Amino acid sequence: MVAKTTIVRYATAFFLVCCFVFSGKQVFAQRDAVPTDPEIISQGEQLFNEYQCNTCHKVDSKLVGPALAGVYDRRDLEWIYSWVKNSQALIASGDPQATALYNEFNQLVMAPYDLEDEQILSILAYVRDVEENPPMPEVAATGDGAAAGGDGSGIPSSYLNIIVAALVVVLILILVVLVIIIGVLKKYLQDKEGLDEADKDVVNEKFSFSAFVKSPTVIGIITFLVIALAAKNVIDGLYTIGVQQGYQPEQPIAFSHKIHAGEYEIACQYCHTGVEIGKSANIPSVNICMNCHSQIKTDSPEIQKLYAAQESGKPIEWVRIHNLPDLAYFNHSQHVKVGGIECQTCHGEIQEMEVVKQHAPLTMGWCIDCHRNTSLNTQGNGYYDKLVELHNKTSGTPMNVEDIGGLECAKCHY
Amino acid sequence: MKENQKTYWKGIEQLSNDADFVKKNESEFPEYLPISETGGESSNRRDFLKLMGFGIAAASLAACEAPVRKAIPYLNKPVDVDPSVPNYYASTYVNGGDAVSVVVKTREGRPIKVEGNKYSSITKGGSSAQVEASVLSLYDKERLVGPMKDGAETDWATLDKEVTSQLNKIAAQAQGSGIRIVSNTVLSPTTKKAVGEFIAKYPTAEHITYDPISSYGITEGNRRSFGAAMIPSYDFSKVKTVVSVGADFLGTWISPIEFSKQFAQTRKINEHHREMSRHYQFESNLSLTGSNADYRTPILPSQVGPLVAAMYNAIAAKAGQAKVSGGNAGDVAHLTAAANELWANRGKSLVVCGSNDPAVQVLINGINTMLGNYGTTIDTTAPVNYRQGDDMAMSNFVKDLNSGRVAAVIFLNCNPLYNSAEASALTAALAKASLTVSTSDRMDETAAAVKYVAPDHHYLEQWNDAELREGHLSLSQPSIAPLFSTRQTPESFLKWAGQTVEYYTYLQNNWKESYFTQQSEISSFQTFWDKALYDGIVELGGSEKAFTYDFAAASVAATSIGQNYKTQGSGLQLALYQKSGMGDGSQANNPWLQEMSDPISKATWDNYLTISLAMANELGIKMTEGETQLVNLMVGDQSIEVPVLVQPGQAPGTVGLAVGYGRTKAGKVGNGVGVNAYPFITKLNGANTMDVLAGVSVTTTGKAYRIAQTQTHQTYMGRENVIQEATLDEYKKDAGAGRWHPHIYKEGEFVKPSKITLWSGHEYNNHHWAMTIDMNSCTGCSACTVACQAENNIPVVGKEEVLNRREMAWIRIDRYYSAANPAGNKKELEEAAANPEVTFQPMMCQHCNNAPCETVCPVAATTHSTEGLNQMTYNRCIGTRYCANNCPYKVRRFNWFKYHDNTQFDKNLSMNNDLGKMVLNPDVTVRARGVMEKCSMCVQRIQSGKLAAKREGRRPVDGEINMACESACPSDAITFGDLNDPKSKISQLLQIEEKKEGEKATERVVNEERAYHVLEELNVNPNIWYMTKIRNKVKESTEA
Repeated sequence: MVAKTTIVRYATAFFLVCCFVFSGKQVFAQRDAVPTDPEIISQGEQLFNEYQCNTCHKVDSKLVGPALAGVYDRRDLEWIYSWVKNSQALIASGDPQATALYNEFNQLVMAPYDLEDEQILSILAYVRDVEENPPMPEVAATGDGAAAGGDGSGIPSSYLNIIVAALVVVLILILVVLVIIIGVLKKYLQDKEGLDEADKDVVNEKFSFSAFVKSPTVIGIITFLVIALAAKNVIDGLYTIGVQQGYQPEQPIAFSHKIHAGEYEIACQYCHTGVEIGKSANIPSVNICMNCHSQIKTDSPEIQKLYAAQESGKPIEWVRIHNLPDLAYFNHSQHVKVGGIECQTCHGEIQEMEVVKQHAPLTMGWCIDCHRNTSLNTQGNGYYDKLVELHNKTSGTPMNVEDIGGLECAKCHY
Repeated sequence: MKENQKTYWKGIEQLSNDADFVKKNESEFPEYLPISETGGESSNRRDFLKLMGFGIAAASLAACEAPVRKAIPYLNKPVDVDPSVPNYYASTYVNGGDAVSVVVKTREGRPIKVEGNKYSSITKGGSSAQVEASVLSLYDKERLVGPMKDGAETDWATLDKEVTSQLNKIAAQAQGSGIRIVSNTVLSPTTKKAVGEFIAKYPTAEHITYDPISSYGITEGNRRSFGAAMIPSYDFSKVKTVVSVGADFLGTWISPIEFSKQFAQTRKINEHHREMSRHYQFESNLSLTGSNADYRTPILPSQVGPLVAAMYNAIAAKAGQAKVSGGNAGDVAHLTAAANELWANRGKSLVVCGSNDPAVQVLINGINTMLGNYGTTIDTTAPVNYRQGDDMAMSNFVKDLNSGRVAAVIFLNCNPLYNSAEASALTAALAKASLTVSTSDRMDETAAAVKYVAPDHHYLEQWNDAELREGHLSLSQPSIAPLFSTRQTPESFLKWAGQTVEYYTYLQNNWKESYFTQQSEISSFQTFWDKALYDGIVELGGSEKAFTYDFAAASVAATSIGQNYKTQGSGLQLALYQKSGMGDGSQANNPWLQEMSDPISKATWDNYLTISLAMANELGIKMTEGETQLVNLMVGDQSIEVPVLVQPGQAPGTVGLAVGYGRTKAGKVGNGVGVNAYPFITKLNGANTMDVLAGVSVTTTGKAYRIAQTQTHQTYMGRENVIQEATLDEYKKDAGAGRWHPHIYKEGEFVKPSKITLWSGHEYNNHHWAMTIDMNSCTGCSACTVACQAENNIPVVGKEEVLNRREMAWIRIDRYYSAANPAGNKKELEEAAANPEVTFQPMMCQHCNNAPCETVCPVAATTHSTEGLNQMTYNRCIGTRYCANNCPYKVRRFNWFKYHDNTQFDKNLSMNNDLGKMVLNPDVTVRARGVMEKCSMCVQRIQSGKLAAKREGRRPVDGEINMACESACPSDAITFGDLNDPKSKISQLLQIEEKKEGEKATERVVNEERAYHVLEELNVNPNIWYMTKIRNKVKESTEA
């Protein structure tokens, strides 16, 4: 009997479990179809960035398009596939969901994308990953960075101040002691008998300020100081020739990076298309602006300038802010795509700039400093594998740009 | 290893140890110093202070406000164009009867470089100086900007209306209604079709084809021999013995790039393959091909016929064929040996001849037939389409024109008033035609004489095709929109024929009908077309045609030879020739070609009468450092004043003169350079011949002249063993034959130079870039020098500055003459210069690992990289020129002047007007005055190749990064690569041992025995390796 009861109990349990599992499957069917394999997620992340989905979509909030979180719960996977591949076709086919969505977002067209089903699925995997594990604010990292900077070689500045203050105190004490000694000696000599005239003159001599000022030594020292200061100013001034740090010209269109890059978090690469493939980052052409502004804010006088340009056929003449001399070769893709450098490293907090200004001095010294101090982004790049291995054999510090010839003349001048 | 006992010299002045030459080469800078632009006194202290004051004031003023610069993006960015990212388009270089499949590099929509197309089975990626330079011709300001009527601008509608109405009127006439279309060989089948439509509309029209450098003798010779007027294709890659009678097949004959590629394959040797072809050359002028021959025999032009007949007889005797008559060639050195060897290598040999006499070509065909070369080294199933001009038709046309039978003449992209044998007759007769039209791209000699000019696009602006050989098609696609209001010539013809179809559509339709149907691999025409455009070429295969040689023609030809060639005459003979740079002169306005130093004479900006040293001595002319005299050259009743150039190897009793010069209406650059030799072309057996056998005389004028030669510039001060060479027999025994291993005396013993060093050496962990140059393959053609000029924005300095030894070329080709005998007195000198051996050595910055230039620079403007490059930083250079002084290879060039935006250098087209500047490579700085420059090892290409690899997260693949010179080389003599990559071609060529950890560049072990460093004794340890020159000749007994 015991055995029978056990079997029944197990069977009931099994049944209940099955019910639970299957009912769960029905509710979260789509979500669970989205893989959580880290490899697929990273592939999705790559695609998400490559196809610049973030221009119109965020995971957690509405942007130009709807928030993506939970999209796999709301819609059928097959529906998502066909929507991404060609949303207009889906709308045209009379799909009610599609039409409703289209109307909800001011009839903004989502461009068709040439993606495979698995690729779209991997993007969804990435979205799911972001939704389920929201990114931590990166406070710790910057803190580390600052500490590392402070720990550099040499004497910390606070010590320097103390040393200087101590020195000043010591010097003042010496001065006081000297004055006292002079007083004592003078008194002693005045009291002493038998001094000849000359000696008496010396002892009774009064300090004359005008004579002191007119003395050749003082004039000499002052002249030297004036000349030295002037020379320093001239030299410093000469060094700033052509340095346009802070240059913030007025642009023909009051374009705000603060709105586009800051508020809407449009990826820089969406407009600056060349940044990962070539030397120039590219100022966007009007047709890129029109991707959104054919629909958005069409009444703004600034946007009207775009339409005017399009109609007249005359491109917009932006004022160039970052002017490297012709003798220096700089390649954006080397730094952004290969080096993985943030745009902000050189261009400053661009997402907060209403009007763009030149953040960095763009002098050779500034370039060199960075090449000396920046460790290379070699992770997963086969080009560097052997170099890193060789470097690590002889050095305990991470491999800097300098270590692989990043300071050589012909890296930038040819 | 015994030291090489030969004497090497670069010019007669060096051989004779001329006092002036020695003096100039002893001084640090042979140039006159200092430069005084005003010609007045040198500057003094006050001037210095004034200048300094002004400089400071100017600098502070300039600093007040930086100019506002604009960044102007596209309005609508084309999908394919990304600023700063180059695009490449396959296309076809077409110039007269020549065509080469090319790849055009464009930046922001501007073509900036032309290279050979590697997909072409004909040229296999090779190019030539003319092809490389052609991109500059696109931006020539002398091109017409629109149609012209009577020398004034007009519009296309007017021109079309007037031309069509006049054509209709002429066609309707009863008398004198002939319409003639005159052109060079047209290689485009679709253009021919368009011309055909025109002829169909106007039935009295005829198409006359001529070529400035005629091959009519070959087509006519083949018609007589086989019954088919054609030029077969040749395959030099299969030859063991090649005999050339005056054919400059590596330089100018038929298809030199193709032949160089093929022939180089037979000259590549290594330890495992110690065999190479043997090459005999019989010629009058020392040609590029002759200078590369194993055996060269100078002959008179009048010996060509009898010599070929004698060779025919020698082969016929072995083949059991009947002998022919054909005059007496006399005793010609190496003729018997050549005949014997040809016979021994039957089916693997080739006899070619540059003569344009059909009779001679008939015998040449006979020789090749008897040798069984048809089907192996000569292919008649795929005849080539180059140079199909018909000299007879051209002379008949001029006669017809003169007799009033022709009312309309249309010159289709040709310039017969300059470059045809009938130029003067044509000029006189042209007035008799009521309608004259030219489609020249500029107001050239012909365009200036006609009523209407309908200028054609440059080849880089047009859609077209070319059938290089039967079944071998090459497409042209525009790589830039037309710069001017020009129109494609076939479209003009279609328009005049009453058709309104656009040429692009017409071309596609023709391809759909004619070629798409000939293949079955691709089913959609669009796919077929896209692939053809991407590849640039389509190969459909030739037809199977069998020909039988008509031996009866041989005896007829021999009789003709017997009558026409009289070798006994003692008169002077003139041999006209083409330079491999200037060619027929159609690109005379291209300063890159004008300043390219001729491979043989090393002269720039001129043509000249080449004479032998013996003759110079006879005339009492002494030539040093380009200083020479003008002479009066009389040919028949025409006379011309021309400078002479003493040319070693010139056959006694002959003088040579290059065509392609003496242009009057080419443009600012080409006008008035040299003299026009086309009027001296004569007729023989109905064909134009470049040889003048009689009636030539030369008289001195006593007028001094200077030819801008670069040959003795940048010399090595008599240091020996720069050239290391051996014969094939020696090489077979010892792979290190000809190598010289210097040893330096140190503390009682002789040690290798690398054992004594001041330098601590570099270790290259990342890349170790290096280059090898195979002197056995290098033909000296100079395509590399022009490629380098285009790639690296090298200025043209002009004749005056070349005379001042200030040419800027980063890569030069040193041409050394050598002879076994010493040159003590005048007689010995003449003997040594009679027929010297020639060696070419491309010389550029050697990127020394122990670089002497780096140690002397006071401002560290030239430094060493961690990848083996010697870097030159222009913005740091202050122009002390210490580096140039300390460079043992003399490869550094100083910017004596500002060559850009300077009206004094207005011949430097690429830097002195807005149009010309479009050719500049945006990745390379245009250098300022006062800085040093030199070969950078195309560092911009290395950097972009590395970056492409980094972006994809991998190491660069061997062959991905190419040097400009390397990719231009038609004989694959230059190999560039990474010595740290054991799989790279260069590592394998040098058999370099894999780099051990911590091993320095100077310690790397190279096992290839042919590889050597020039001036190894200095231990500067270059990264450029040379491979010994191996000659396939039997060493003469005098040197035992």
